[in-house]
Amino acid sequence: MWKWLHPYAEPQRAYRLAGKFIPWLSILAILMLLTGTTWGMVFSPTDYQQGDSYRIIFVHVPAASMSMSAYIGMAIAAFIGLVWQIKLADWMAASIAPIGAVITFIALVTGSTWGKPMWGTWWVWDARLTSELVLLFLYLGVISLYASFEDKVLAARAAGILSIVGVINIPIIKYSVDWWNSLHQGSIKMTGKTAMPPDMLVPLVINILGFGVMIGALSLIRFRSEILARNGMRPWVRELALAEGAK
Amino acid sequence: MQAQFQSVSDFLNMGGYGFYVWLSYGVAYVSLAILIGFTLTRKGRVLKEIAAKAKREQRLAQHRSAKE
Repeated sequence: MWKWLHPYAEPQRAYRLAGKFIPWLSILAILMLLTGTTWGMVFSPTDYQQGDSYRIIFVHVPAASMSMSAYIGMAIAAFIGLVWQIKLADWMAASIAPIGAVITFIALVTGSTWGKPMWGTWWVWDARLTSELVLLFLYLGVISLYASFEDKVLAARAAGILSIVGVINIPIIKYSVDWWNSLHQGSIKMTGKTAMPPDMLVPLVINILGFGVMIGALSLIRFRSEILARNGMRPWVRELALAEGAK
Repeated sequence: MQAQFQSVSDFLNMGGYGFYVWLSYGVAYVSLAILIGFTLTRKGRVLKEIAAKAKREQRLAQHRSAKE
């Protein structure tokens, strides 16, 4: 049943296949982020409580939610790599980690610059903020573990175990605002009396999806470089290197 | 749909929260730009390294066969 998948587990095919998706995902990500951001920044109504400071939401929430999704993606790839010993999955996990770290950093900084005018402080050590900071450290841990072994099979195993164990942090981030008292507001409601109006919700959802597509495109670009870096001895990579790398 | 701001300076002012709003967007987009920059140039760096290694090995092989 899974036989048709097998050829894609070959590095050269995966390299080519990833290359086909990259331009489309990139264009889609740019279009979505332009639409969502322009809509949110210019056309969405001003919030009755927070004024225009709430417009930070159109970068903060996409970054924060995608920092968690990217982590889950990385952990799934690491799990596949660890259990079935598929190197391509390990390389995908290694490709996602730096992107996730930057997205998490953006979530923390934009949250901080939103917290200052609304809460009166850049930072509090409450559950939501602290667990998101832990997420950044998890990403940095995965990156440095992967980088610190010369033997990349061993490196991927060490980094993979850390990323799988770190998944425990994801539900803690997600439900922290329900489980503990926090300065941070609760989850956005889609329905009911306190639901977010469509003029704010639609551009927000567009930006969340846009961030997701952008992370997908960047992951594939890094994945391709990672395939090349790990297959430097293969003839097809050597040919490519001598043709392109010599310039 | 209607623009919420009367002028460009009104837009930049962000109802008095301009500093915080533009600081957050600035940091976000600058970090994204750095990430994208490193991501796009990595392939070239990797290939250059592999090409250098391949050439070195070719030279070594030539040297060896010339000696024999």
